Amino acid sequence: MDNKVRNPLFHVAKRAALPWYKSWVIRFGAVLAALIVCGLITTLVTGEDPIAVYVSMWEGSFGTTRRLWVLLQNIAMLLCVSLAVTPAFRMRCWNLGGEGQALIGCLCSAACMILLSGKLPNWAVIVCMIVSSILAGAIWAGIPAFFKAKYNTNETLFTLMMNYVATQLVAYFCVVWENPKGSGQIGIINPNTQIGWFPLIGGQKYLLNIIVVALICVAMHIYLNYTKHGYEIAVVGESERTARYVGIKVGRVIVRTMVLSGALCGLAGLLLVGSTNHTLTPTLVEGRGFTAVMVAWLAKFNPIWMILTSLLIVFLSRGAGEIATNFELNQSFGDILTGVILFFIIGSEFFINYQIKLTKSGGKEE
Amino acid sequence: MKKIIALVLAAVMVFALCACGSKTAEPEATPEPTFPFDNDSTPFDISTLTADEVKTVKVGFIFLHDDTSTYDLNFMNAAKEACKNIGVEYVLKTNIPEGQECYDAAAELVDAGCNIVFADSFGHESFMIQAAKEFPEVQFCHATGTQAHSAGLPNFHNAFATIFEGRYLGGVAAGLKLNQMIEEGKITADQAKIGYIGAYPYAEVKSGYTSFFLGARSVCPSATMEVTFTNSWFSPDLEKEAAIKLINNGCVLLSEHADSMGAPTECEDKGIPFVFYNGSAAKDCPNTFIVASRINWVTFMEVMIGRVAKGETLNADWTGTLANGAVELTEINENVAAPGTAEKLEEVKKALIAGEIKVFDTSTFTVGGKAVDSYFADVNDLGTFTPDTESIVNGEFAESVFRSAPSFDIDIDGITNIDA
Repeated sequence: MDNKVRNPLFHVAKRAALPWYKSWVIRFGAVLAALIVCGLITTLVTGEDPIAVYVSMWEGSFGTTRRLWVLLQNIAMLLCVSLAVTPAFRMRCWNLGGEGQALIGCLCSAACMILLSGKLPNWAVIVCMIVSSILAGAIWAGIPAFFKAKYNTNETLFTLMMNYVATQLVAYFCVVWENPKGSGQIGIINPNTQIGWFPLIGGQKYLLNIIVVALICVAMHIYLNYTKHGYEIAVVGESERTARYVGIKVGRVIVRTMVLSGALCGLAGLLLVGSTNHTLTPTLVEGRGFTAVMVAWLAKFNPIWMILTSLLIVFLSRGAGEIATNFELNQSFGDILTGVILFFIIGSEFFINYQIKLTKSGGKEE
Repeated sequence: MKKIIALVLAAVMVFALCACGSKTAEPEATPEPTFPFDNDSTPFDISTLTADEVKTVKVGFIFLHDDTSTYDLNFMNAAKEACKNIGVEYVLKTNIPEGQECYDAAAELVDAGCNIVFADSFGHESFMIQAAKEFPEVQFCHATGTQAHSAGLPNFHNAFATIFEGRYLGGVAAGLKLNQMIEEGKITADQAKIGYIGAYPYAEVKSGYTSFFLGARSVCPSATMEVTFTNSWFSPDLEKEAAIKLINNGCVLLSEHADSMGAPTECEDKGIPFVFYNGSAAKDCPNTFIVASRINWVTFMEVMIGRVAKGETLNADWTGTLANGAVELTEINENVAAPGTAEKLEEVKKALIAGEIKVFDTSTFTVGGKAVDSYFADVNDLGTFTPDTESIVNGEFAESVFRSAPSFDIDIDGITNIDA
C-alpha cells in the first residue's frame, strides 16, 4: 500500500472581492476565449477560414441597416425582461418565471386582438391589450409571491412551474384560435385590418419597443436607487430580520415587488405581440425569461450595465445564427455556438468569485 | 390592498364578459367567389436561360425542419437539384418554426440579397405574406399554402401538386396487398382495415387520406379505414404511438401523412405492410415497405426561379401533376408488394393522366349513405372559413383546380376518425 498522503493537484478557494477592473478583465477574457473556441469549432467542422467566421459573426449584427434594427430590437426585448426580473432579484427573491409572465402577457394581448376585433374601436382594443397583459403578468407573478409571503413557499420552484402552465395555456389557445382550421397555428392576427397593431413610429417597425424599454430602463434605475421602495427592496434583500426590525412589512414588499416584476414581464409580452410579431406561439418569448436571469446577474442587477450585457448576449447569438446560415450548417449549429459562448460567460463568474490554487509538490498547502 | 384586489377582480370579470360576448357572434353571410383563379401547371424550359439572366437571381429557402424530416428532406433535395440545374446561388435556412421566426428568416434572406424566397410548410404562410407585403420587389413562393389567389399580392405565390393522384396510386398498391392477404387466408375480407396517421385534421390531410382510401377500395371493395391525428408534422414518438394504436385496433396495413420514420419503424417491427410518403423507406424497412408517393418539387422551383430570371410574372398558384412530372411514385418494393402491382399501377397511372379515372369521382363515394351532388368548399381563404365555391363539377370533386392547395374536406363513408 502506498502510505503517502495524496494531495490534489489544485484546490479551489473563495476570493476576496476583486477590484472592478480585474473582474472585467476576466469577463473580457472569457468572451475572447469563447470566440476563439467558436472559430475553432466552425473551422474544424467546415474547413473555412476562421477570419471569415468572425466576419460573418460581425455581419450578422451589423451587416445591414435592417440587421442593426433587429439587433436593437432584440436587445430592447431582452433588456425589458431582464429589467423586469431585477427588482425581485435585488430582494433575493428568485423570480425564474419571467418566461411565463411574459408569455401570459402575450396570450392576453393576442386574446384581445382576436376576440375584440370588430367589436371595439382600434384604440379601445389597444387599451384592453395594455391593461390585460400587464395585469396578467402581475397576477402570474403575484400568485407565487402571495404564497411566498404568506406560507414561505419556495419562489424559485413556484415561478418556474408557472412557466409551464403558461406555455401549455398558450399551446391550448393556439388550437382554439387556430387559423386556418385544423392547422394548430394562429398565424398573423388581423393581417388586413391591423386591429390591435401598435402604430409605427417614424415608419420604423422596432422603434416603439426600443423607446419604451429605454424609458423603463431609466425609470427602473431611479426606482431601485433613489426611492423608498428601492431602499426597502435592498434592505429585505440584505436581511429580512433587519427589515422587520426597522418596521418594513416584508410580506408586503415581496408581493409588491413581484407584482411589479410580473407586470413588466407582461408588458414585454404586450410589446412582442402588439408591436412586433402580431402572432401567438408557445415559443414567442424565445427563452428570454431565462436568458434575462443571466443578463441581470452579469450586470450585478444594475439596470444601466444590463444594456451592455444584453448587447453582448444578443450580438453573440445573432452572430452564431449568421455563421450557421453562411456556412450552410444546420441552424442548430448556431445554438451550439451560443451554448459554447454562454458556458464561457457563466464560467467566468466562477473565476471572479473563486480562485484556483495549485498545490505545491512538497505536499504542504500553500 | 383590498381595493387593489377588488379592482383586479373587476377587471378580470370585464375580460371574461368580453370573451363570452364573442361566442354569440352571428355567423357571417357566405360571400360570392369574386377572385380570378390563376392556377397554372406549365413547366419551364431552363435551357432557354442565359448566364447573365441566371446571375441576377439569388434564391433563399426556409425549411420547417432539417433533413431528419422526410418531407423537408424531399423539399431540400429538390431545392439543391433545381439550383444546381440552373446554376444559381442559394441560401438554406433549416429548423424555422411556423411562427414569427419564419418572418424573421424571410427578412434575413432578403437582406442577404435573395430575390426569390421559398418556404415549405403550411403554417409559414401568414408570415410569408407579411414579408411579401414588406418587400414588394422580392418574390415569395410558399408550398402548400392556400391564400395566394385571395391575397392580391403580385409577389406572393402558392404551389402544390396533385399528390392525391399519387396517393390514389399508393392506395391501389395497398388494395392489391389487402387482396393478397385475403387470398392467402391471413385475414378475412371484412378484416381488410387500413390505418392512417394524419398530421392535422384539415383539407390537405383529409384530401390525402381520402384519395388513398378510394384507391385502395377501387381494387379491394371490402376495405375500410381508421384515421388518427398527431397534431404535429414531425414527431417520431407520437407517430409511433399512433401506429401502435391503429395496429392494436386491428388495422392490417398502414399509411401516413406525417414526416418522421416513427410509424414505418414500428410497422417493420410488427410486420405490418405500409405505404409511405415523401420518399422510399425500403432501406430501413425492407420487409414491410410497399411503395411511396412523393412530390418532385424540382419542376416547380425551376418554373419560379426561371421566370424570375427572365423577368416574367408568376401565377398566383402553380400545381404540379402526374402529367408534368411533379407527382411521382418511388420504386416498388417487390419483396412486399402483391404480384402484379407494377403493371396495375402503370395502367391506373395512364388512365389518371388520360382522365379516364377520376380520383374524387362522386359515383365512388357516399356521405351518410347518399351520393354527393353539390359541395361548397372553402377555396377563397380570407380567414373566415366560409364554404364559397361549388366544387362538384362534372361528377367529380374539382381538387386543386381553383387553387393549387387541396380543398377536399368531406368526411366520406368507410373512413372512421378514431379521435373524434
